[in-house]
Amino acid sequence: MADTVMTDATAPNISDSNLTANGDRPLIEIWLVKWHFVMGIIFLLVAMLAGFLFSLQFIQKYPFSGIEFFSPGRWRFIHTNGVAYGFIANVFLGMLHWVVPRLTGKPAASRALGYFIFYAWQGILVATVIGLLMGQAQALEWGETPVWIDPVALLGLILVAINFMTPIMKVSGPLYVTMWYFMAAFVWTVLVYAMGNFLPEYHMNGVAAGAIGGLFIHDLVGLFVTPLGWGMMYYFVPIILKKPIWSHGLSLVGFWGLAFFYPLNGIHHFLYTPIPMFLQYGAVISTIAVELVVTTVIVNFFMTLRGSGDMLRRSIPVRWFYTGMIFYFTTCFQCAFQTTLTFQQIIHFTDWVVGHAHLVMFGVFGFWLLGTMVYLLPRVMGRTRWYSESLHEWHFWITAISMLVMFFDLTIAGLVQGYMWKELASWESTLRASTPFWWVRTISGTAMIFAQFIFAYNVVMTWIGKPSKEWAKNRNPESAVPASVGDTGSEGLSPA
Amino acid sequence: MLESKSGVFFVAGLVFFGIAFIVMGALPYTIYRGIPEESVSEMIEEHGIVPEFVELAEKFPTRFEEYFGTCDSDSYEAALRRGHRIYIGEACWHCHSQFIRPVSMESSRWGPVSHAREYNNELQRPVLFGTRRVGPDLSREAGRRSNDWHIAHFYKPVDIVPSSVMPEYPWFFDEDGYPNRDGMAIITYVQWLGSWLEEYPYYLGEGPNGAGAVESIDMSGVK
Repeated sequence: MADTVMTDATAPNISDSNLTANGDRPLIEIWLVKWHFVMGIIFLLVAMLAGFLFSLQFIQKYPFSGIEFFSPGRWRFIHTNGVAYGFIANVFLGMLHWVVPRLTGKPAASRALGYFIFYAWQGILVATVIGLLMGQAQALEWGETPVWIDPVALLGLILVAINFMTPIMKVSGPLYVTMWYFMAAFVWTVLVYAMGNFLPEYHMNGVAAGAIGGLFIHDLVGLFVTPLGWGMMYYFVPIILKKPIWSHGLSLVGFWGLAFFYPLNGIHHFLYTPIPMFLQYGAVISTIAVELVVTTVIVNFFMTLRGSGDMLRRSIPVRWFYTGMIFYFTTCFQCAFQTTLTFQQIIHFTDWVVGHAHLVMFGVFGFWLLGTMVYLLPRVMGRTRWYSESLHEWHFWITAISMLVMFFDLTIAGLVQGYMWKELASWESTLRASTPFWWVRTISGTAMIFAQFIFAYNVVMTWIGKPSKEWAKNRNPESAVPASVGDTGSEGLSPA
Repeated sequence: MLESKSGVFFVAGLVFFGIAFIVMGALPYTIYRGIPEESVSEMIEEHGIVPEFVELAEKFPTRFEEYFGTCDSDSYEAALRRGHRIYIGEACWHCHSQFIRPVSMESSRWGPVSHAREYNNELQRPVLFGTRRVGPDLSREAGRRSNDWHIAHFYKPVDIVPSSVMPEYPWFFDEDGYPNRDGMAIITYVQWLGSWLEEYPYYLGEGPNGAGAVESIDMSGVK
């Protein structure tokens, strides 16, 4: 098997200028990377504020009670959908515009298409927010996007796949790990979105549609967010650490294990429903299998880190990445237990699940995306350094600590609720018992949002700072950031 | 194959997804295909109109006539559809489940364990199992509380249940404080949930007087 451990340094012809081989167009559309990131941050702040607003309802402190457009339930839609499609999808798109051309040595299929997707996606997001606020949601968790937007969004996803698959298809020979994940993600995302948004609405009903709904929410995490996230890790971690991934064999196990077992988990979201028990057992066992696969990936990455542990201290992106990986292992470990029928008796429908979801979506993928943005934003803005390194420290520590507090708080709250329900306590007493936990949730969430505003402030101040001379001359992101900007992970900048 | 474009595209991308779709999606679909999906009008034909809907018509005659016309199965169907849409649009289903599990004493609290047949109707498209139970399950809610209770509760839940965290819905009411078209629709929908069952336990002293004690625990629904 050929040595396919390709890092940035071995990618073809990229270090001299940001132009393609025949020089007719830029390799990387820097504007798109930058603006997808900026829109991602904006939607992150909006979605988090929506979540904060919704959490106030739980402590009876909702400030806009009785105003129709501030109906708390509608803002919960904006919280979950804003995070998934506004923050995560936007930042992923920016990241793809950087990584795919650099790994393939070829630009995305079409400049115009890239720009069209950017504007169309923001349009879809704004339309979704408006539709949800008008009460037009679709009754599908994470697919609340009004039904009239669904076909447009699906078309957008197909265009994204075409735009990035084109350069990947031009590469000959075996692909690097990142590309396995990305390619699979493009195929899966289109299929998952079509399946989840159309089948339960138009072709199936009842319990069977419930099975599809479970598959949809699960696959959206597992086949859209997870592969793009891991592909991103397989790209940025070796570059910043300046060494290859520890074991190529384990990379193979990780990818193919995820590809096979992850989609088989869908029904574990609806255990004890009228869905046939043998399918529920199957979903539970596949979930436990996923945990074993995840362990191999985590081992691979931590063995890669071995000998470079000080990078956790020196490089902010590496710190985000590896903290996210620890949380990833935590959630997957937790998942292997919580999907068993034993745990489900108590924790289903409780705040335990909410805590789990927050740790996955923000603690893992949010952290990875933040790390990626810390690494890339100065490069695509042509700045020599971040406005403030210490603000990065504040951002990281406040976010990480408040994330942990929220996770443990909601997990314990879930156990309290589950056992009280089982004891047939009056519903009101379960609410009173939950109130302190909901206070802690709101407070930790406030800290988390505050930290993201710190980050946004740092981005803005960096942006209005002076661009580097090199950048002004040739707009090559590689020459923008000198190797001296060590703390934010520029170690990987100069090809080894 | 393991590192090639075609391997990733066809095997991981299409085949593995297809296998999972067959096992996790198509299989339950084929198993339950035999249960026909009932339309709203078929359900009304089978189970009749809930008395609470008739009561709304009697209690607010002029308003009811303005919003729904005469009290018959057509207006009942219109109210159910409208209520169902509101239930989704306001995210009621994010905090209320419609799914009684055979564990955790749920059938004692609410009633018989949910049956597949209950979900094969037009108002479960997409199915409203729910994801979180901030408030109680609603799939055995019909007749559990009076229309008056719901009217007061939708207007300001904490007036009825002091520790409630349910939002207020004043836009379900007209300027005189009577339920408007949306208010009557959502109450009709909620009073319909579970009305197809013969009976289920009311045990917690639920109702306008608030908290009560467990009077009897009916275990008959536990299988």
